[in-house]
Amino acid sequence: MSGSTFIFYLLAALTLVSGVLSVTTRMIFRAAIYLLFSLIGIAGIYFWLQYEFIAAVQIVVYVGGIVVLIIFSIFLTQQTGELLPKQKMGRQLFSALAAFCGLALVMLQLAQHAFTATSNKAIAPTVANIGNQMLGIGDRGFALPFEVVSILLLAAMIGCIVIALKSKPETTTT
Amino acid sequence: MIEPGLYHMLFISAALFFIGVFGFFTRRNLVTMLMSVELILNSVNLNFIAFNKYVWPDRLDGLFFTIFVIAIAAAEAAVAIAIIINLYRSHQSIDVENAEEMKY
Repeated sequence: MSGSTFIFYLLAALTLVSGVLSVTTRMIFRAAIYLLFSLIGIAGIYFWLQYEFIAAVQIVVYVGGIVVLIIFSIFLTQQTGELLPKQKMGRQLFSALAAFCGLALVMLQLAQHAFTATSNKAIAPTVANIGNQMLGIGDRGFALPFEVVSILLLAAMIGCIVIALKSKPETTTT
Repeated sequence: MIEPGLYHMLFISAALFFIGVFGFFTRRNLVTMLMSVELILNSVNLNFIAFNKYVWPDRLDGLFFTIFVIAIAAAEAAVAIAIIINLYRSHQSIDVENAEEMKY
């Protein structure tokens, strides 16, 4: 067993174990921290696959942005030191059963299907290649989705400000 | 232990997806439900990257889908948290069982 394989299994275990802990722990702040470790594990898998740009984006956006946002909202909305209410046993049991059956179904389907890799020459996922294709307007260019996503981000930003705006006392009809 | 390949990635991705689904079914707190959704979105990203790496390495399409999914997930998380904070302001709670005025 080579070192690379060992690192892969380590990253996979980190991702899955902290993912499970994140959805089962009853302390909400710990759930956020376990989510953080799960996302770091996924970024590590991207590094392992040698997609460094995606790994960097994952760390910057998810670990640096979304998890911090989630932790802020926990601080704003939860009483400290309070456990989440215990769920009904039946609900947990049936949810686990449904999730397990879904996983078994997906894995059975995957086991019956053979993926054949293309024999064409591979493109290195370097930042130069990604940038050229991202802003290209020719064949396989992604300039239009890029612009659409930037409009979407602008709309989401304005929407957030409007939703979270404190309404004035006289305009309570909103 | 065998050398990791496409199927290992797909297993991790599927397992992470159903961990997220389990969390979404069992949790009744909006912030923890949002965390489960983030796990689901991450499993999808991992799937795209795995297929791009192992099946179509001559293109970068999976990578671009991942970039766009990350951008949209960031927008989604921001809007969701704005809604959660607004809900907390009006109900003093972010439990989904307490926010059912518009249900009927």
